Amino acid sequence: MKNPFGRLPDALTRILIVFLVMAVAIVVVRTMLPPAIKDTSIHVQSTIDRELARPVHYAGSEPCAGCHEEPALKKSGYHRTLSCETCHGPAKAHAENPTETKPVAPRKRDFCVLCHEYDPSRPTGFPQINPVAHNPLKPCISCHNPHDPKPPTTPEECQACHAEIARTKAVSPHVMLQCTTCHTVPDQHKISPRMAAATKPTEREFCGKCHGKQAPAGGPPRIDMVSHYEKYPCWQCHYPHMPEVK
Amino acid sequence: MTSPLYDLLRQITGYIYPNEIEIHWSILVVVYPYLTGLVAGAFILASLVKVFNVREVYSVYRLSLLTALAFLLIAPLPLLLHLSHPLRSYEIFLNPNLKSAMAMFGFVYAWYLMVVLILEIWFTYRRDMIVWAQGEKFPLRWLHRIMALFSRDISAKAVDFDRKAVKGITIIGIPSAFLLHGYVGFIFGSIKANPWWSSVLIPIVFLFSAIVSGIALVLLLYMVITPLRGEKIDMPCVDKISSYLFYAVILDFSLELLDFIHRLYESEESIKILTEMVMNKLFISLGVMQVLLGMLLPLGLLICIKLFRFDAELRKLLYFVSAILIQMGIFATRWNVVMGGQMFSKSLRGLTAYKMELTGVEGLLTAVALLIIPFFILALLIKILPPWDKAAAPASSEPAS
Amino acid sequence: MLRRSFVFKLLSVLTVVAGSAATRIRAAAQTVRYGMGVQIDKCIGCGRCVEACKEENGVPTEPFYFRTWVERYRIKKDETVVQNIDSRISTDPNPATDGEVLRSFFVPKLCNQCDSPPCVQVCPVGATFTTAEGVTLVDETRCIGCRYCIQACPYGARYLHPVRQVADKCTFCYHRVRQGLLPACVEVCPTQARIFGDLGSNASPLTRFRRMNKIHVLKPQMNTEPKVFYSEMDGEVR
Repeated sequence: MKNPFGRLPDALTRILIVFLVMAVAIVVVRTMLPPAIKDTSIHVQSTIDRELARPVHYAGSEPCAGCHEEPALKKSGYHRTLSCETCHGPAKAHAENPTETKPVAPRKRDFCVLCHEYDPSRPTGFPQINPVAHNPLKPCISCHNPHDPKPPTTPEECQACHAEIARTKAVSPHVMLQCTTCHTVPDQHKISPRMAAATKPTEREFCGKCHGKQAPAGGPPRIDMVSHYEKYPCWQCHYPHMPEVK
Repeated sequence: MTSPLYDLLRQITGYIYPNEIEIHWSILVVVYPYLTGLVAGAFILASLVKVFNVREVYSVYRLSLLTALAFLLIAPLPLLLHLSHPLRSYEIFLNPNLKSAMAMFGFVYAWYLMVVLILEIWFTYRRDMIVWAQGEKFPLRWLHRIMALFSRDISAKAVDFDRKAVKGITIIGIPSAFLLHGYVGFIFGSIKANPWWSSVLIPIVFLFSAIVSGIALVLLLYMVITPLRGEKIDMPCVDKISSYLFYAVILDFSLELLDFIHRLYESEESIKILTEMVMNKLFISLGVMQVLLGMLLPLGLLICIKLFRFDAELRKLLYFVSAILIQMGIFATRWNVVMGGQMFSKSLRGLTAYKMELTGVEGLLTAVALLIIPFFILALLIKILPPWDKAAAPASSEPAS
Repeated sequence: MLRRSFVFKLLSVLTVVAGSAATRIRAAAQTVRYGMGVQIDKCIGCGRCVEACKEENGVPTEPFYFRTWVERYRIKKDETVVQNIDSRISTDPNPATDGEVLRSFFVPKLCNQCDSPPCVQVCPVGATFTTAEGVTLVDETRCIGCRYCIQACPYGARYLHPVRQVADKCTFCYHRVRQGLLPACVEVCPTQARIFGDLGSNASPLTRFRRMNKIHVLKPQMNTEPKVFYSEMDGEVR
């Protein structure tokens, strides 16, 4: 066979022909493929369309108020930061077809403790109870209206939310002190704890009222307020709820 | 059917992100870099002959090429078996994300296979295939004629061109072999999220351990096949190959030692959990198999051979043992890189475990099969393209009918 | 005469250019960019968000696949202990007697929808991509299951869906937010520890959150530019 490539060696010619055929085949196949396979933007759009078509299970709080006015009033109570579906589960199906499906309504103790069981990692002041000791066997909703939860009896003031601090203080030398001895608590604190915070003492002299040299003898331990670490506030070393002495 | 992952819950120590309990890259992903490493290493050994004219190693030149081809043909299999959707893998060729190192696989592999390895083998064997075809019967006769692309020119000029072409391809081939295996190292080395992998040294260490394993493999094959053929092992050849093996092991060992020292010295945040992982989960595979048995012991044996004058029989035995230990060590290296990177949590607070199945697509038996099949392919290639049977007919310029 | 027609032509060209530029600016401003804020000191570790996410998005219920999860940190004097919260089991492994704990809190985690996502960078077939709103999605018809993205995510946010065998992760409930709803996890959080909104809008709760708090992101040294912002995040959080 005469060499079509002129003066190239025969072997090289054959190799080049093979590669040429392969290249042409690749180009032909690529051109013949439908754009749906090749085009990235088509894939992106179809993925977005597929995502948007997913069914929605949680309706949000807005649809509920249309029919359920009374529970929606919880907006002013302690549970105002919750969604209806936080407790009642996904309710989109119910919002679309109220008579056919009903959302769940947890009525047993095992549900409320998911949030309200005592756990030390929970932020200070979050209302927590010990489920074993706190009215065992009674459903929570028999005393607490879930849509406007208030304790049925006025709790022992601070201890209801600040149980750990109360427990710590109860075995400490400060056990006989009331919380209000050191902290001024505005009434609003029980409703909006973060907005209307209780005060804390700001100066050493506050502790000095009981622990300074001028205090009556035979009472709390007294120190010389002037020479004892006079630049530092007392609580930098002494945790006020358990003022251990090392 | 309960998920097998429940058993793993008990084997977690410390804290891992909940999604990390499942180890995703299985033993197949360990096998793949091992196979491409052998390919790159065998090819580099062959290149020594062509580019640096190392005469003693000439007798294993063609064997190295065939070994590289046999392993290269199997190399994509562990990857395909690992993918959850292998039938879509053509997407890597069709719509690669050019920012992804893994997308390079298709192109680097195709380039290396077609333009480097097959082309080099073709030019090496072309004259012999034509000559063989003249004296053979069906089917080998037609096989060789087709494989020679029906060329018939065995003039001195054509053979000379073949030789030049081989040399040229080898020169392109060396960086291509580096790329073929180096990009795998880059796939690991470029993951900033993983402190065990993220390192500039990983592609380099991968490459040098590949060279070590490739040279050792060809040495092993030569020492096994030659007696089977009824020939005597050419001692200068194996001595030379082992010399190169020795230098490669020293380089590889230095690089791994450097990585080790560098990590300990810098003592970055991840050092605590990585130390814990190496001492607990990777102690056998890293301390014993990779370092002690896979690197230090063979290095010691090779040093002894260099220092003392052993006789041929003892040298052969030690070469054989060293080569096997090295294979095991390099496989353990790949294991430690891949598994090590997945056994610790990215929270740097805990460790998980790898449960390898025995059967199943990603099981041990599959991995072993993938490691054995290339030898069968090599046997077939040796049958079709005998590396040592240089066609006896003189180079005649008139094509025979 | 020539000058007047030239001036007219110039004015008309300028008007067209200005008009199209204005349209383009308005169009760009119209694209929302979603982000999330997390107030760590409000999280009570109840796990409602984890359950709601699994319900809304069809995530398998086994404890190995999470689009979002909550971690509990207990920082003691000489070590830090971290655990995962699973809402179906008791959250209390007897910590009440543990006097060594200095600080303790919960940290919700999810896909950070990074602006410079390493997962998008490494996908060999481009199956994962970022939408105009800044949300990273996975095309399940393209994903080949190589798991490179799962390895590349510094936050452990991705997993392989056991049934569909493709990579999966939090999408900010893209199908909900495009309709003006909130993501499921934000919807059900009882203490409003999670905040969702438009990063570009001044009227979004997220913008107020970013103004009023010192903001942290996870693993800033990875330069992934996450769009999930944490306030009150302790230095021990990884």
